[in-house]
Amino acid sequence: MLGFLLSRLGSLMLSLIVASVVIFAVVQVIPGDPATFMMGLNATPESVAHLREALGLNGPLPLRYLHWVAGMLHGDLGMSYTYRVPVAGLVAERLQVSVPLTIYALLLSTLLALPAGIFAAARRGRAGDLAVMGVTQFGIAVPNFWFAMLLVLFVALRLHWLPAGGFAGWQAGPWAVFKSLTLPAISLALPQAAILARVMRSALIETLGQDFIRTARAKGLSRGQATRRHGVRNALIPVLTILGLQFSFLLAGGIIIENVFYLPGLGRLIFQGITQRDLIVVQSVVMLLVAAVIVVNFAVEVAYALIDPRLRRPA
Amino acid sequence: MRHRGSLILGAVLAGSFLALALISFVWTPYPYAAMDIAARLKPPGPVHWLGTDQFGRDVAAQLMVGARTSIMVAIVAVAIGIAGGVPLGLWAAANRGRWVDEIIQRGSDLVFAFPAIVTAILITSVFGPSALNAILAIGIFNIPVFARVTRAGAISLWTLDYIRAAQVAGKRPLRISVEHVLPNVANLLIVQGTIQFSLGILAEAGLSYVGLGAQPPTPSWGRMLADSQTMFAFAPHLAIFPGLVIVLTVLGLNLLGDGLRDLLDPRLRRPA
Repeated sequence: MLGFLLSRLGSLMLSLIVASVVIFAVVQVIPGDPATFMMGLNATPESVAHLREALGLNGPLPLRYLHWVAGMLHGDLGMSYTYRVPVAGLVAERLQVSVPLTIYALLLSTLLALPAGIFAAARRGRAGDLAVMGVTQFGIAVPNFWFAMLLVLFVALRLHWLPAGGFAGWQAGPWAVFKSLTLPAISLALPQAAILARVMRSALIETLGQDFIRTARAKGLSRGQATRRHGVRNALIPVLTILGLQFSFLLAGGIIIENVFYLPGLGRLIFQGITQRDLIVVQSVVMLLVAAVIVVNFAVEVAYALIDPRLRRPA
Repeated sequence: MRHRGSLILGAVLAGSFLALALISFVWTPYPYAAMDIAARLKPPGPVHWLGTDQFGRDVAAQLMVGARTSIMVAIVAVAIGIAGGVPLGLWAAANRGRWVDEIIQRGSDLVFAFPAIVTAILITSVFGPSALNAILAIGIFNIPVFARVTRAGAISLWTLDYIRAAQVAGKRPLRISVEHVLPNVANLLIVQGTIQFSLGILAEAGLSYVGLGAQPPTPSWGRMLADSQTMFAFAPHLAIFPGLVIVLTVLGLNLLGDGLRDLLDPRLRRPA
């Protein structure tokens, strides 16, 4: 187990390093001079020189890269050029929206998808199965931001059950936060739930065909008991992989959904960074998102090995 | 029989949107950019079948022309994925277990950490938004997808007797990959291509919705939805039709992919 953990940890570090080099190269090297890029065409040479100094652009590239990485490791994400405040502070503020939204959506998706998948697998080929499969086929095809717009139209504007957008902030109390995140979370969760339900169904059908299920039935368990005690538990392994992947889809989807509901999350921060040519904000936030995906996938692989000892051997 | 149904339904749905995109080159109900301020924000009716937008432009004509953008972006992105991913997958499978294979696999994992939207954000922050941007972002993400599918299919082929025979006959791995492995993974690639095509349509819609894809005046389904957002309380048709078109196209392609998989893979052709 220790050897496995060390090798995974090594590849985690390597992935983070390569990803940071790629992001740094795209943002800092390709545009030529970032200071000129950020100031636009009408900037005076003095103001550009001043910004170069402030951004630390006068040093050699490898040194600038190391400076950026060392800063990140200390929690220093650089200074935002437009807001003139540390990026870390901006990010911390936005995480208060993005993290609860992602977790809320992941919970909704799991709570909907697993029972639906188990239900369909248990009724394989019958009407209940066909209904679930038909609905999920639609769920996969629906763009989450369009679904979000429909929810705003019918649930918020027509029925007035929930707010159409905006975020009152945590000081307005958890209930207000819950209300303003509910429609965004539903629109993020449903398409993902459709995929997850299909994975759950096919994994369970595969497991139910195995010999140990027949053994369980032969020793007198009912179909339902065998499914619950032995089937579902073994079918959860592929489901876990998909859940890890879905984290990155939810994170990425959140960037778009935040735009529909005018939520001040990481996604909105990135778009403000792009329109204001605030490269430091874009670079640091993109690195954070990519790092989050890499770390979650690492965690899933480790969890996987904990559940199933067969996976600890190197592939 | 059920699979035949999904194949036909999928082919009809996907085919009709492809046809609409092609027809739009020679005919649309109205010129798609023609403004008619007197007839602005009209709901669907006999004159404008799907209504008009805030400038009085015909929604049906814009949807037809928008189909071109979506389909072009998705097809080129699939082509990038195949051109980059298939050789990598074949190469990895020919060197399975060696360092080339390991590097290609770890590289794929790494690219998966950059979802299309994140790649698009990176490209846009430097080059500004464009349809090309969307193509690149989706295409780059497609490369590891095809590399993995090709590798998985090819690895099982390399253990088979006829490939061993080709090796014994003195054929080089490159020639074996092209002559014997590639034709046998083609089915997998067709199915995956259909799936990535539908994912590409969804991704393009998302990117142009947030302004990272096709720019005005090029019509695109995602941007029509973005434009409709300030008006849909009193003109819901502007939001409903573009979304419906996306759903039906993606649904059609997914059904087509499922149907093709069942048709091309005899192992799955057993009663459900």
